[in-house]
Amino acid sequence: MTPFITVEGEAVALDAANIDTDQIIPARFLRKDRSAGYQNFLFHDVRAEPGFPLNGRQPVILAAGPNFGCGSSREGAVYALVDAGIRCVIAASFGDIFAGNAAKNGLLTIVLPEPDVAALRRMLPATMRVDLPSQRLLLPDGSERRFEIEPFRKRCLLEGLDDIGLTLEHQARIASFQERDRAARPWATP
Amino acid sequence: MAETLFAKVWNAHAIVTRDDGATLLWIDRHFVHEGSFHAFGMLDHAARPLARPDLTFGVADHYVPSHSRALPIRDPEVAGMVTTLRGNARRHGLDLLDLDDPRQGIVHVVGPEQGLTLPGLTIVCGDSHTSTHGAFGALAFGIGASEVSHVLATQTLWQQRPRTMRITVDGVLGAGVTAKDVILAIIGKIGAGGAGGHVVEYAGSAIRALGMEARMTICNMSIEAGARAGMVAPDETTYQFIAGRKHAPRDFDAAVAAWRKLPSDPDAHFDREVALHADAIAPTVTWGTSPETALPITASVPDPQAEPDPAKRARIEDQLAYMGLRPGAPLDGTKVDRVFIGSCTNARLPDLRAAAAILRGRRAAVPGLVVPGSVPVKRAAEAEGLDRVFQDAGLEWGEPGCSMCVGMNGDLVRPGERCAATSNRNFVGRQGPGSRTHLMSPAMAAAAAVAGSITDVRRLA
Repeated sequence: MTPFITVEGEAVALDAANIDTDQIIPARFLRKDRSAGYQNFLFHDVRAEPGFPLNGRQPVILAAGPNFGCGSSREGAVYALVDAGIRCVIAASFGDIFAGNAAKNGLLTIVLPEPDVAALRRMLPATMRVDLPSQRLLLPDGSERRFEIEPFRKRCLLEGLDDIGLTLEHQARIASFQERDRAARPWATP
Repeated sequence: MAETLFAKVWNAHAIVTRDDGATLLWIDRHFVHEGSFHAFGMLDHAARPLARPDLTFGVADHYVPSHSRALPIRDPEVAGMVTTLRGNARRHGLDLLDLDDPRQGIVHVVGPEQGLTLPGLTIVCGDSHTSTHGAFGALAFGIGASEVSHVLATQTLWQQRPRTMRITVDGVLGAGVTAKDVILAIIGKIGAGGAGGHVVEYAGSAIRALGMEARMTICNMSIEAGARAGMVAPDETTYQFIAGRKHAPRDFDAAVAAWRKLPSDPDAHFDREVALHADAIAPTVTWGTSPETALPITASVPDPQAEPDPAKRARIEDQLAYMGLRPGAPLDGTKVDRVFIGSCTNARLPDLRAAAAILRGRRAAVPGLVVPGSVPVKRAAEAEGLDRVFQDAGLEWGEPGCSMCVGMNGDLVRPGERCAATSNRNFVGRQGPGSRTHLMSPAMAAAAAVAGSITDVRRLA
């Protein structure tokens, strides 16, 4: 996974609330191998509409309406965004599964209150900067805004960590859990 | 200290909790399907073996054809998805419920059917409707491909502890009102992101009165309110459903004794409480492109002019334009082009019975597809003659799978067509590019088939 430290570039607004992962990538493309270029499938059906904000642009940052990435668990939605060069999405809330998938693929999701995101969307398209180490946004109007992020998610993004490797460091505790659990819940094994 | 059902299950599976609050959870059951090929690819790329193949079950459902299983799958890419799952299952030694298996069906139908879904378990699958299994008092949730590969490699998952919400539905459901109407009414009330970051426990006398299939319908759509998971406390209804199933615990009494300790303690605290009156819920239908646009069948679609907030007004206008609906038009009487009865939400035997009860002796005015949730559901429905009822009414009777809910197998609603569907998502393009979906119960979909338009089932019952 590509580490995320600082990203500067064009940001584009997607105003709608509840942008679901079926819109981000329609189901019929999920059978494609990653090598097919998931950027080709990003918003495939909705971007045919004239005036779709991403058309003719190559943003690295999106500012979206609340509940971005709701719906299906398809990680293909994150692949499509990442393969299109998008490194960060800012919204008031995200689908939980989408946000988890994003973190595993170097896509930073930033949660800010909706009035702040709405104000940012009104400034876009424009260039802005995201600095993960200091947890700061440099907005197009020159102002700065701090954001919060879970410490572990931040570390994984900064270092591009493989968390299976990290988990396997706990192998001894996983093994002793299994031993205790087999005795405590014999009914739980099929 | 008084604990919730969720907390009891969570605590029993916590292996390590880090300083930052993330917990490594043990996973009791992991279901994989054709779409899990990305995750197997990641595992192979890193040359990692499966930690517990005996806790991992493969099911072919998302891409399987609805037409006869005797015929080859027409689209080579779709056929390749099923073949790839078969290859991954063989290579890793998984129990696979393949196309020709008498247990095959939609993963969220077959897990409970085979007794793999039990109270107190943690259950994950690379599918957001894994929340279905919470109907048994399991903690069950959908995960992405990277998390699937993590579970395959370690049988564990890192999770931030979610908050808790209790949704209490007291009272008695009226005639023609089902579990689907309850969950649509809940989503309409709290919104598509209303339960974000929370695990929901459904409680109250109306929930307790529901059978397991109806509880599954409710938990299934928890994700459409943004919930991490939905749960119902196990009770006698739960234990009776599980008893005698293939993977039910051998020492069943000991298991039930353990399960009886799971329900939330009487004074357990929930971070949020929501209440609905069962008596106030009508047959419910969605009008827009999010499940939160659920309204009683007696209501009219909104008029954007009546909405003062410009952002909300624009959102209503966009949805009306996509759905081809007139502002302020009554929902009742909206013409439909086809119906779909199926999906992990509503393709179990009681769902098919409810639809057949409306269609018996009647003809459908529009084409439609009925897809049972599993081979056992299909066999049981055929033993009762339900397949004849559907076919005599002019509807197609398909082979078990996800089918037209998501259209991955090629069962698509055509552009601009309006579909009365028992599935879970009315998103833009969900049932095919340009498709217009109205979500409703099986009885309501059957009524729509008969009338050729969205109709109050209470007039036909």
